[in-house]
Amino acid sequence: MDQAAIIGVGMTKIEANKAGDTFADMVWEAVNKALDDAGMTINDVDNVVTTSNDFWDGRTISCMAVGDASGARHKNASCVEGDGTFGAFYGLTRALSGDYGTTLVTAHSKGSESISSLITNAAFDPIYERAIGMDMITACAMQATAYLDRTGTTPDQLAMVSVKNHGNAKQNPLAQLPMDLTVDDVLKSEMLSDPLHKLDCSPVSDGCCAIIIANQARASKYSGRPVWIKGVSFCSDSYFLGDRDLARAPSLAQAAQSAFAMAGIKDPATEIDVAELYDAFTYQELMWLEAMGLCEDGKAGSRLESGDFHRNGRLPVNPSGGLLSGHPVIAAGLIRIAEIVKQLRGEAGGYQIPDARRGVAQGVNGLCGQSHCVWVLDRDNQEKEIG
Amino acid sequence: MQPTKEDCFIVEGKLALPYQYFAGRTGSRFLIALRDEKKIRGIRCEKCNKVFVPPRSTCERCFSDISQSWVDLEDTGTVTGFTVVRYEEPYQPTKPPYILALIKLDGADTPIAHIIKDIPLTEMKLGLKVKAVFAEKTTSTIMDIDHFRPQEDG
Ligand SMILES: [Zn+2]
Repeated sequence: MDQAAIIGVGMTKIEANKAGDTFADMVWEAVNKALDDAGMTINDVDNVVTTSNDFWDGRTISCMAVGDASGARHKNASCVEGDGTFGAFYGLTRALSGDYGTTLVTAHSKGSESISSLITNAAFDPIYERAIGMDMITACAMQATAYLDRTGTTPDQLAMVSVKNHGNAKQNPLAQLPMDLTVDDVLKSEMLSDPLHKLDCSPVSDGCCAIIIANQARASKYSGRPVWIKGVSFCSDSYFLGDRDLARAPSLAQAAQSAFAMAGIKDPATEIDVAELYDAFTYQELMWLEAMGLCEDGKAGSRLESGDFHRNGRLPVNPSGGLLSGHPVIAAGLIRIAEIVKQLRGEAGGYQIPDARRGVAQGVNGLCGQSHCVWVLDRDNQEKEIG
Repeated sequence: MQPTKEDCFIVEGKLALPYQYFAGRTGSRFLIALRDEKKIRGIRCEKCNKVFVPPRSTCERCFSDISQSWVDLEDTGTVTGFTVVRYEEPYQPTKPPYILALIKLDGADTPIAHIIKDIPLTEMKLGLKVKAVFAEKTTSTIMDIDHFRPQEDG
């Protein structure tokens, strides 16, 4: 594909309750940070994509409530309902269309203002599934049972994901839940829905992320250092859980294969330096790693145990702390992209992975990983070097 | 200036949104059979050789209209996924702890989600053979299957 880059990122701190911020306040903060980061003004932004969800925002046409704060007035502004990575995908296609040189993408939500379980129950089919009490946690617990049964992954190994990610968050000043935990702490935390304990689940969070995407002609016009988008893909699976093989993630496998192929990566397990994945629950980090080909199928638990995915391991996963340490719905995937951008620029501070050159970010939308969006980013634009 | 907590008003709100969900022509026939005959029906895609439940009028695998290929399913099946729900929410059909499961009915290829009762939580396992227990009083909803219970010989 034509070349495009991310030239600016901005994130608010992720918090349990940003009592002093409206949606627009959060967007204002993230957008201005992204503009400063890119060395741009709002006048350099050609078009805007906001990402939000009407139920989480407690209003219909929720995107319109943040148009002012994202500088969308009198600009071509469009809205995506779903994870921020999907908004970014749309923003990228606009930048590549030739009609726009730069796209500002925002994603926000304030979980603190609503009751998450009521909203996720409403995501299930109203005729067949809502009445039996399904919600995000219980549905994912069923998926976790199926994944553990298929692979032999253990509850202890799930707990290690929580220990690792909350530990990583101690170096990330924007994370909501930096914690020193032991496997025992996780296993002794309240059992919400077997096999998921409270500390196997990501928290309810508030936060916003903004990124600026530019086509090749504009990418180097500003002072911000571009990080190059080398491969992107997304793929969806069936809506009903029963129509899928819940113990596997074939749509993620397909999205990852095609994103890696686009980036010219043959063996992602050895060619990727850092990964930020959508660990809404502990088991998901392991399941996604396997589906993406970053680890052999069924082996992520034991690889984690041997330290492969720690900050100093073979493939550091979620060095920022991941969703387990802060999960603003909608913004969560865009934050994964922004974290990889920081890593590839060498600006991740206390959780910097030394000499990270290539990274992968993943976003998820839908129940139990129905659809996935995978981004492969590179510190250098190799095509340019060769040319 | 950073606002202090006292400056931050919370305005209590509620989205009360009545909605009439059409079950679809296919879904309606499914619910009518469940209500009037205590029968669980699925739909077969002849091309894909798959029996879907809940039934749907099109097959997303081969993208064809399958709305007329009804098949009767057994009221027995096998558990392919489950969890024990231990926290309480207003939308739950029964008081926790209770078992939510994916159940592949005999004669179907896609499991449906429902609840399982009449088994100690510690004995719940994948592969359990279960049987539908129909509600005594119909509500013309999926809850006309009240729950599933272990098969006597399972
Ligand atoms: Zn078919």
